[in-house]
Amino acid sequence: MELPTQTYRVTRADLVRYAGASGDFNPIHWSDRTATKVGLPGVIAHGMFTMALVGRAVTTWAGAPDAVVDFNVRFTRPVLVPDTDEGTEVEVAAVVKEVTEDGLTRLDITATCLGEKVLSQARALVRAPS
Amino acid sequence: MSLDPSFVGRTYPPTAPYQVGREKIREFAAAIGATDPAHHDPAAARALGHPDVVAPPTFPVIVTMAASRQIVEDPSLGVDYSRVVHGDQRFAYTRPVVAGDELVCVNTIEEVTNRGGHGFLTTRTDVSTVAGEPVVAVWSKIVVRGEA
Repeated sequence: MELPTQTYRVTRADLVRYAGASGDFNPIHWSDRTATKVGLPGVIAHGMFTMALVGRAVTTWAGAPDAVVDFNVRFTRPVLVPDTDEGTEVEVAAVVKEVTEDGLTRLDITATCLGEKVLSQARALVRAPS
Repeated sequence: MSLDPSFVGRTYPPTAPYQVGREKIREFAAAIGATDPAHHDPAAARALGHPDVVAPPTFPVIVTMAASRQIVEDPSLGVDYSRVVHGDQRFAYTRPVVAGDELVCVNTIEEVTNRGGHGFLTTRTDVSTVAGEPVVAVWSKIVVRGEA
């Protein structure tokens, strides 16, 4: 079963806010100068910010903020965030892979930015809302 | 510089307790756009059976990333943090993190490999309360990129 795709807009302001909230102040997430110096095309989103957006999608699908039992991703491609009002968009899709014997739902997740996958092996195991 | 594989299996001493604040959970939830009332309103969290506001699934990274400095800043392991890229991340929950938790991390190095000039390091962080109740196990794989 396919779940409804969730789309999240990501701007530079979101990255600055996430840096403050998470304590990850790596300048590649806010300084083009630093990002290009280390060989990136420009400022990229924190991998953990992308994972957090996927977490939002998962809890939305599960219908409960405390439903996640297991959650893993592999970061395969950076999410480039241009310094524009629009920024970029991350799309999160998933299929229900199985319902386990103990009643947990396993999701296979796809996250894309500009049509390219940014994660692989993204999976979550969620409890049904009580 | 390659990573020292003899570090596999090494466990570090528990970190100082991290006090999970209600406002920190609200701030983190707001930063990722998570609007569910259980992240913000203690009454909504209590209605779900939690003592206080519930952290979003990736919140523990705040605690584990700080705790992992113990490893990445260990000079004998040889991680050059300016060359680090995040590879994989996993959270396996016993229960969600809630405001009021006092969390202690125990870091273990699970895997060290060197391949194609890059170093790969997988750590497991067992996050539990100061009373010893397990909360979440967190795996993180980082890639230390070799000199081009």
